[in-house]
Amino acid sequence: MGIELQDITKKFGSYTAIDDISLNVASGELVALLGPSGCGKTTLLRIIAGLELPDAGKIILENKDTTNLPPRKKNVGFVFQHYALFRRMTVFENVAFGLTVLPHKERPSRTEIRDRVEHLLKMVQMEWALKRYPSQLSGGQRQRVALARALAVNPKVLLLDEPFSALDAKVRQELRRWLRKLHDEIHVTSIFVTHDQEEALELADRIVVINKGKIEQQGTPQEVYDHPANAFVYNFLGNVNVFHGRIHNGKVTLGSHRVDAPDELKHSEEKPSRTFVRPHEIGISRIRSSDTDLTGTIKEVRLMGGQIGLNLECEGFEHPIEAEIPRDLYINLQLSRGEKVFVSLNRVKVFTGDYAI
Amino acid sequence: MGLFQTKRRNILPGFGLSMGYTVFYLSAIVIVPLSMIFFNTFPMGWDPFVHAVTAPRVLASYRLSFSTALFAALFDAVAGLLTAWVLVRYRFPGKQFLDALVDLPFALPTAVAGICFATLYSPVGWLGETLTKWNITIINSATGIVIALVFIGFPFVVRTIQPVLEEVEREIEEAAHCLGATRWQTFRKILLPHLFPALLTSSTLAFARGIGEYGSVIFIAGNLPMKTEIAPLMIMSKLDQFDYAGASAVALVLLLISFSMLLVLNGVQEWQQKEYR
Repeated sequence: MGIELQDITKKFGSYTAIDDISLNVASGELVALLGPSGCGKTTLLRIIAGLELPDAGKIILENKDTTNLPPRKKNVGFVFQHYALFRRMTVFENVAFGLTVLPHKERPSRTEIRDRVEHLLKMVQMEWALKRYPSQLSGGQRQRVALARALAVNPKVLLLDEPFSALDAKVRQELRRWLRKLHDEIHVTSIFVTHDQEEALELADRIVVINKGKIEQQGTPQEVYDHPANAFVYNFLGNVNVFHGRIHNGKVTLGSHRVDAPDELKHSEEKPSRTFVRPHEIGISRIRSSDTDLTGTIKEVRLMGGQIGLNLECEGFEHPIEAEIPRDLYINLQLSRGEKVFVSLNRVKVFTGDYAI
Repeated sequence: MGLFQTKRRNILPGFGLSMGYTVFYLSAIVIVPLSMIFFNTFPMGWDPFVHAVTAPRVLASYRLSFSTALFAALFDAVAGLLTAWVLVRYRFPGKQFLDALVDLPFALPTAVAGICFATLYSPVGWLGETLTKWNITIINSATGIVIALVFIGFPFVVRTIQPVLEEVEREIEEAAHCLGATRWQTFRKILLPHLFPALLTSSTLAFARGIGEYGSVIFIAGNLPMKTEIAPLMIMSKLDQFDYAGASAVALVLLLISFSMLLVLNGVQEWQQKEYR
């Protein structure tokens, strides 16, 4: 097992940042800790690195209890959100730092250090920047150097704290794919923290959704996205329309409409429910195809790249419904503001019980 | 570049005006008053000038002034860095009080400080009594002068280092720790290079202040000819004897040496900063 966390708890004063979390990460796995800001995900990462001490619980890295070891003895690579490069050192010196601070007996020779640094910089495609200073590099380049620096000491685990969130959208996407590729090559056990669900879905082998210091759900991106364990997870993994209603006799009310309740709630007693529909799972048509279709009017059209966002006012619904349709469909149907359309809710997800975001 | 930036359109407005103001201000406050030293010295002629500034007593006073100021500045650099570190990095009761204490040498008339030191270190004073038993003399010695100058220069270092230290991101140190560096390695390889420019600036200030310091030193130095006479004292004693030209001559040399040292130190700082920008 790469990383084993057992019953980790961390409090700051009376505030519980981490509430009894246990988590296993297999060797070579790439895991995303996903959650809103303030949910405790960064604290958990810092606890693994030894930058923060847990109030209770154990941290086992590669079958060795490291709970009370200081960061420098843990042999973890840590990549910070804002790079944390050493400003007064060149890129070469930055990457070599972890090797040059080794005790005399373990320190590799000068040529070995040079070879290793050059190899790492080649791997992160920064070999041309050997003699540059961090201030002469762009954000994306700095983060690559930071990654090479973290990998220089052959860490048992690699921890990345929102590594791409300080970068602009285009670079972020590029680096994301690049990191996935790199991980497939070097297979170091990695955990990265993010609040960006897209990033987690695209990059991770496994996603751990955290809220208020607790794990809400963990699983492959597919599992978490398709079978969210609760309303929080569903809501956090993408844009949603929420309908508040009641569940009664196997039917769920949505505004003035009623749809069949999902199987597991068919025989539920009457209680409040919330129904979620993702904008891209809403069908728009000129012709009524079933009795359950809603009639609506397009109130607003938003260009979103490949998709078109529609703001629909539907009969019997208090709040407008957000839909996303492909651009082709939008053109084929000759839609525009003020047009009447039929709206079908293709995949609804019904949750009962309380949750707060 | 520099002076000629106005030739090209500059995004920042007001270069001409602010530059003019700066030149005028420095002229009125610094250059014109100090140029009086030149004008006072000129009527003297070359030979009497050389004679005045190379007199053994004068040379000894230069040596003493520069060496004690240098030692004091070096001591302040270390002690001031430590103090700034404690004030920035730790929270403890009475921190505000300690922080205010740092500025006291700025506010106190230096003569008061001098009298305090003289009383404290005199053979019957609190500290002097014990030190005399161990055959250590502070008063009437170069050591005493260094102690007075350390006191005077101390706030410069603390107040210059403090904001720079506050700016250091925690993450930088954490990154170093994660990479296996000990606390000492982190300090020496990461923090110290970062603080070095501020350390250089502040000890330069302390050094410059030490060369010119008069009030606090004369009480503790004892002013023994050839032994504990500082350069400003030489100037004062020449003035007392109505030897205005001689006093100006000594002052001129002091001024020139100080200025060229400050110039060199500023150059070093510029060179230090250049690479990372």
